[in-house]
This record gives sequence, structure tokens and C-alpha cells, in this order.
Amino acid sequence: MESKMGLEIHCQLTGAKSKLFCRCSCDYRGKAPNANTCPTCSGLPGTLPLLNQKAVEFAGMISLALGCKVPDEIAFYRKNYFYPDLPKNFQLTQYNAYGITSIGFEGKLEYGDGKSARIRRVQLEEDPGRLVYEGGSMETSVYALIDYNRAGVPLVEIVTEPDFTDPKDVRMFLDKITSIIEHLGVCDTKLEGSVRCDANVSVGGGNRAEIKNVSSFADVEKAVRYEITRQRTMASRDIEVRSETRHWDDARKVTKESRTKEEEQDYRYFPEPDIPVVVLGSEFVSSIRQSMPELPDARKDRFVSKYGLSAHVAQVLIDNKELADFFESAIKIYSSPKEIANWIVTDLMSFVDERQKEQVRSLFAGLKIGPEHIADLAKLVDHDTINRATAKQILSQIVRTGEMPSHVARKTQAGKIDDAGALAQAIESVFKAEQAAVQDAKHNPNAANFLLGKVMQLTKGRADPKTALEMIQKKLMED
Amino acid sequence: MALYTLGAGHVAAGIKSREFSAEEYVCQLLERIEKVEPKVNAFVTVSKEALERARAIDKMIRDGEQTGPLAGVAVSIKDNICTKGIRTTCASKMLELYVPPYDATVVKRLQDAGAIVIGKANLDEFAMGSTTEFSRHGTTRNPWDISRVPGGSSGGSAASVAALECTISLGSDTGGSVRCPASFCSAVGLKPTYGLISRYGLVSYANSLEQIGPVGRTVSDVVSALNAIAGTDENDHTTAGGKPAYSLQERKGLRVGLVKEFIEGADLAVAKVINKAVDTLAGQGCRCEEASLASVQYALPSYYTIATAEASSNLARYDNVRYGFDLSPEGYEWNSYFAKARSNFGEEVKRRIIVGSYVLSSGYYGKYYLKAQQVRSLLKRELKALFKKYDVLIGPTMPILPFKIGEKVDNPLKMYLVDIDTVVANLAGMPAMSVPAGFADGLPVGLQIMADEFQEQTMLVAAHLFEQAAKMQRSPEL
Repeated sequence: MESKMGLEIHCQLTGAKSKLFCRCSCDYRGKAPNANTCPTCSGLPGTLPLLNQKAVEFAGMISLALGCKVPDEIAFYRKNYFYPDLPKNFQLTQYNAYGITSIGFEGKLEYGDGKSARIRRVQLEEDPGRLVYEGGSMETSVYALIDYNRAGVPLVEIVTEPDFTDPKDVRMFLDKITSIIEHLGVCDTKLEGSVRCDANVSVGGGNRAEIKNVSSFADVEKAVRYEITRQRTMASRDIEVRSETRHWDDARKVTKESRTKEEEQDYRYFPEPDIPVVVLGSEFVSSIRQSMPELPDARKDRFVSKYGLSAHVAQVLIDNKELADFFESAIKIYSSPKEIANWIVTDLMSFVDERQKEQVRSLFAGLKIGPEHIADLAKLVDHDTINRATAKQILSQIVRTGEMPSHVARKTQAGKIDDAGALAQAIESVFKAEQAAVQDAKHNPNAANFLLGKVMQLTKGRADPKTALEMIQKKLMED
Repeated sequence: MALYTLGAGHVAAGIKSREFSAEEYVCQLLERIEKVEPKVNAFVTVSKEALERARAIDKMIRDGEQTGPLAGVAVSIKDNICTKGIRTTCASKMLELYVPPYDATVVKRLQDAGAIVIGKANLDEFAMGSTTEFSRHGTTRNPWDISRVPGGSSGGSAASVAALECTISLGSDTGGSVRCPASFCSAVGLKPTYGLISRYGLVSYANSLEQIGPVGRTVSDVVSALNAIAGTDENDHTTAGGKPAYSLQERKGLRVGLVKEFIEGADLAVAKVINKAVDTLAGQGCRCEEASLASVQYALPSYYTIATAEASSNLARYDNVRYGFDLSPEGYEWNSYFAKARSNFGEEVKRRIIVGSYVLSSGYYGKYYLKAQQVRSLLKRELKALFKKYDVLIGPTMPILPFKIGEKVDNPLKMYLVDIDTVVANLAGMPAMSVPAGFADGLPVGLQIMADEFQEQTMLVAAHLFEQAAKMQRSPEL
């Protein structure tokens, strides 16, 4: 039975600096509750929305990047519903039922290897405030607190057609979207809650369920996978799948029926009278196209043609803007693109802490490494100063210490006691001082390590541990 | 000399030349308010800071500092226009305790021009009504006959001006709410072109229809207020560019169209006064002709569809979560709390929210709201064509004389019908004003003058010309 999936992605335009309809900051995180508000975004009587031009431009960029058409005029609609996190009890958004008013429509985005999904629309809207449950959740709290700091932050909603058939594709598509909005500089996806995703899932042409509350893109794949299994199981037992909204239970990794039954809401959409129709004009598209930063696809092509990277390596790099930026910074310090790319993609990536990556949303969180380290490492290898195996060893060391590779190499190489006589002398004096340990070591290999430690101490680490251990063992046998 | 009878120009001149002080003038007004308020009930709140402001103006003048064209002039502000630090209730329980943290643009501009806010004027709750009977603060009474309504919804504004409790007032006009009470109280009231005056700080009832407008005892006073407040505002995207300056110039040979449908629908007593007004204008060299506005028949249904639709959404924010009145949330789930809080709207407001929610509901949007918008375009086209032939269109502001308090309050449809002549200007976004035209049975009749978009100057020329020729008595005995 074929499954069909569509996505609704919400992305905060954190790069727009101020809220969508007032001059308050977008940077609400970590502020005292309701400190980041003004009469307009807290919905006081008599206030009027003032449209943030930057947000319109950013939403236009996203639309173009997703292959959407951008209309000559856009307009805003009121979506009316009561909820305590909505200061006006309506949300300002865009609506295409009575003619196209959204900033983007009819787009198409390619992802993975030759796959594509159609984009139904890209619309600009305001984020609501946040409900804070003191008891942890709605079920366990006797009251909720409302924080309007987030209310009015510009949000772009990207709605796809139900073009996905495989949960893996959903993940790849979301990675691509993330990379695009990061490249455009419109959204800092590392910020908690800056990107959110709802998914519609149906199986075998049956009713569709909408899955909400998926807080990380990584979990969307899991959520749709679970939902497909659930719906298939029901179908196999001839139980009809209901058309409903389900919530993703992050702790149990299952989708759950919404506790409060959401009836078919009538949002009573109508055009916002306080914002006249926004005429974008013929210049709009060409001017934002010009000011748009390089997109992931173009960057990948550049990596291949200019730096001679393989398509695969280039793809891995641009899938995450952080990685691509890391690469470009490194080759600016030392121009050896292939070597550096390989170090990043095959070696450095193995040190990425997956848990940290999800939490902090940064690849290199917890690692003390920057582009200068990898550039340095590549240089040492290129110049045959060290061999590849040593380089790997050094890398595993410096990701935790933050030391420069050349420094580490110098320390171990330049300072090495290659004079066998001097080393033998040091071993001799340790054997004299630690006679008990020497006796012990004849039967216990661990004690040999103890002796090695003492030798290293005595030589201030300048001895080659391998040679020293060999000499110690030889001497133990001789004695 | 009773300073409270003076017009704005005299007040500002007198204070600036130190013929009298702003303090004396404001003191007289406060005494007057104390005396007549028990009869008129035009104010929801009388400002505690007015005297202080007056003294500050006097000091500025003593110190030789520059003061604005409205230096010391006392204005009342309709209680749906935000005043920083003075509660703004919209005559509703829902905003009983609401004190705005900011001034509406118009209030700020009046104050920058030297004006003093003397108090907040009574209105129908959230400006929904034509009589000021739907006020939580009690009915305002017509100063000409306190058993009758003053009109509405800016009843407090017009009554406070007519009863000499202030010199100028600001009202808001969504479907006639400035012109109707101006007509009933024999005052001059003006609704400007949509976008001429900032709505920032006006508590929205129907955003696409309404404008703030001044009320005064003379055309001259209305011009003074208009010049202070009109012009583009960065806080309101719907304002037009520029900052106009109007004057009381003269113009010969105005082409005047008398809207036949307005006269035909009026009571005989009203029609008589208006016909006399036409004669007066003709006597001043105006070329008067009968004109027809056929689509006026669709105006009222269209108006009430759009106004209620917008209102149903605008008033959704009053859930008593962030501001409002005293109601503990203890023991309520949020849905039931919203319902409990919102049950405190008055009957007329509830009626309009329900009607508005209905016309916007899915399936009905095209049938009602979109159709109403089409009527707007139709009316506008028809009026544009008429304004090619006429400089101004005239008719009665109200089809009837001020009626008894309580007479129509139980019959909403009958009540809505009295707005027939005024809603046209709101739907078309064009300017209109009411000037005192005379009396019938001792009750005021207003002449409505309409003009094309942004042709306020022409409209004011006509109004001034008529005012000069008609020489109306301005103030009732109280």
C-alpha cells in the first residue's frame, strides 16, 4: 500500500531582526517573560500592524529558492480563532482561496538524487505567543502562563503537495530546506523552535492524519514512519483510518490522538483592512534575486568545478551550511581543497557527537576544532612531515585539546630522544630506584607500564614510548 | 465674559495675548461641566490633568516660548480614542479598567498644537449605535431637548461641544457617527476622506470604513482641528501621503447636486429645512440641481455586512486576559473563561459580533462579504461620475429629527435605517460633513455636504459659505 506524505514547514525569519508587524526584536529567547512586547504585538486596542519590509524580502527569497512564482501583489488575511497565545485572537497570515495572495506559489524543489517535491505555497505570517505550563504539560498543570515575547515574530510557512512516498525522502527534503534557509541567512536554524514541521500522512488513498508537535526535523522521519505503520496495521485489520490531528509524543516516539477533539474549525478568513495590498512591483523579483546569497545547489557545483571535489563529497559538505563554511574557511588558510574536504567528510565527521548535534544544533559542539586545525593538518600531510596514520592520531587528540596539529607534531618529533644511549641511561636509573616494581614486572605486564610511566616522567615525555617499552621489556628479560 | 463660549481661534489668541489665561478658561469650562453634566452626561471621564496642562501653557506663554495654533484650546476626545494615562473604556464593561500606555496619533498631534484634553466623551459601546443609548456609562442627552437622543455614536462629542463643555471634540465616524450627532445637536461635524487622518490609537470597530473626525460649533473650529490632526502617519499604513492645510477661502459658482434619494427618504419637516438650505446656497450664487444616486438602495445592507464582519474580528481580542475588567480566572478552563468574560459585552455589540461572524463563515463569505465589497465599488464609481458634474453633493444628514430616548432602542432594524444618508460616504471612502441647517419643531436639522476624495477644501468652502449665509444659533439654553 502506497503511502503519501505532505509537509507544512514553519521557519522563523530570525534574520529579519524585528517582528512582522511592529518594531520589537525577533530575538525573544532568554528574555524575561513579556519583556519583548509593545502595544502592537500584545494586541492592545487601537494598535495597527506595520509590515516589516525585510521579512517580505526574505520570504520572497525563500519562495524563489523553492522555485515558486512570486505574484505582483500580496495581501494579508485574518485567520480568526480563539486561543490564549494569540493576542488579538486572530492570526495575520496569507490565504489563497479567493485568489493568490501569498508571497510564493506553485514551486518545485529537487532534492536527493533526482527527486523532487512540488511546493503548493510559501506564506508569510506571525508567530503566536507561548504557553508555559508550570506543571510541565497541559495535562499536569492546573494553570498556564502566557509569554507574548514570541508573538509577532515573522514566520514563513512552506506547504508542499503530498509528493513524498518514503520517510527517508522527507528527511532528505528537510535537510535541503534547512540548508537553503541557512544559506539565505534568513533563519538561524540552530535556535530552539526556529524551524518546525507538521506532516500529513495517508496510506492507500485513505483518510489523512495530520501530525503536529514534532519539535525537531530529525524526528519528522520517525513520526511519519510510525504513522505509516499505524495506518497500515489498521488497514490490514479493516479499520478505517480517521481524518484527524495527531500529536507526536516526543518521549514515547509515537503519534497520539489529540486529547481535545479539534472540530473542523471555521477560521472566517477575510482580508486585513489595516494593511493595504502590497504591490511588489516588477523590480521586486529581480532585485531580490540579485541580493540573494549563493544557494546550496550552486555552491555544490562550484565545489565540484572549482575545487575538483567529487559530487558526493560536495553534497555532504553543502547539506549542512556549517560544514560547507568550515571547508571554505579552511581552504582559505591552506589551499588544498581535496585533502581538506576528505579530512572533514571522512575523519572529522566521525567525532561529531550526535546527541550534542541535536541539542545544540551545531556539528562541532563540544569539539575544540576550527578550520585552522584542519588546514594545518592537511599541510603536514601534504608536506610529508607526518604520515596519514600519525595525522589521524593527532586529530583524535586535538579535537579534545584544541592544540594545533603542527605543534603536537613538533613536540613529539623534535623533542624525541633518538639517542639510544640516553634512553638506556634513563631506564637504568628507573630500574635502580624501583626495584620492587622491577621484580613485580617480571610476572605482571601492568607493572611494566608503571616503569614506562616513570621513564617518561624522567625524560619529561621526550622518549618515544614505543621504543622505551621495548627496551624495558628487553631489559626485564635480561635481568 | 463667558470664555467657554469662544471659538478655538479666539481662545488661542486670547491666551497667547494674555487677555485671559488658559487656567481661567479651563476653570470656567470645568465649572460649566459640573453644572450641565447632570443633565447632558456627555463625559465618561473628566481629565484630572487639564488644569495642570493649562498652567503649563500659561507658563510657556509667560516665558515667551512658542505655542501651537491651538494653544490652550480644550478638546474632548471620544472614549474610543486612546489617551495615555487616561482610561479609555469604549463605554464598555470590557474595557472598564483599561488605561492605554500610549496616545493616539490624533491626540498627540492636538497636544503638540497646544490643545488640552479636558475629558473623554461618551459613545455607544465600541461606537456601535446611532443614539449613544448603548453606553455602559448611561445615555447622553441632547442639549436641545434632554428627553431626546443626541445621535451617535459620537453623542458625547457633539453634546459636549453643543453644551459648551469644551471647544472642540474628536469623534469617530464609521457609518455616520460624527455627522449624525453633529446634526442632532446642531454642531459642525466632519468625516474626512479615508486615509486623511491616522487611525493609530482609535479602537477599531470597522477599520475599512472609519475615520476620526472633528466636531466644533463652527466650520472655522473644525478646520483648526483638522489642520492639526490630518496628514500621513508612519504608524498607520492606510494614511495617504502629505500634510494638507485647509483654509476658509471663498469660491464663486459652486456646482451643487441635491441627492434626490436623500430628500425623498426624509421626514417632511427635515426636507423643508433642507429645501430652504438649497435656496440659501442658490442665493449665494451656487448652481443647484437635483442629482440621483441610484445604488444608494444597496448602501445600508452593504454597510452593515462589512461593518459587522470587521467588528466580529476586531472585538475578538477582548478576552480579559491582558486588560479589561475585574474577573478572576480562578476555576475556569480558558474556553469557559473567554465565554464568561465576553458575555459582558452589551446587547448591540453582541448582535453585531454574531451577525459579523455569520457573514464571514465559510460558504457565506462570497454571498455576503464579497457582494458588499462590490456594492462599495459600485457606489464609488457612481459618486465619482457625479463629482465630475458637481463640486459637492448635498442632502439631509439625518432623515429624521432627534427622537425620544428609548424610542427605537428595542428595534435594531429601525435604528439601522437612520444611517441611510451617512453610510454612503464611509463605503465610498469620501469626505462628508454636517452643518447646522436650521430647526424644525425646535429641533436641529443638519445639512450634509459630500465631496470627492481628498476634496475637503471644496467641501469646507461650501460649508463656510452656507454657514455665513444661514447664520444659525449655536447654543441651547441649559
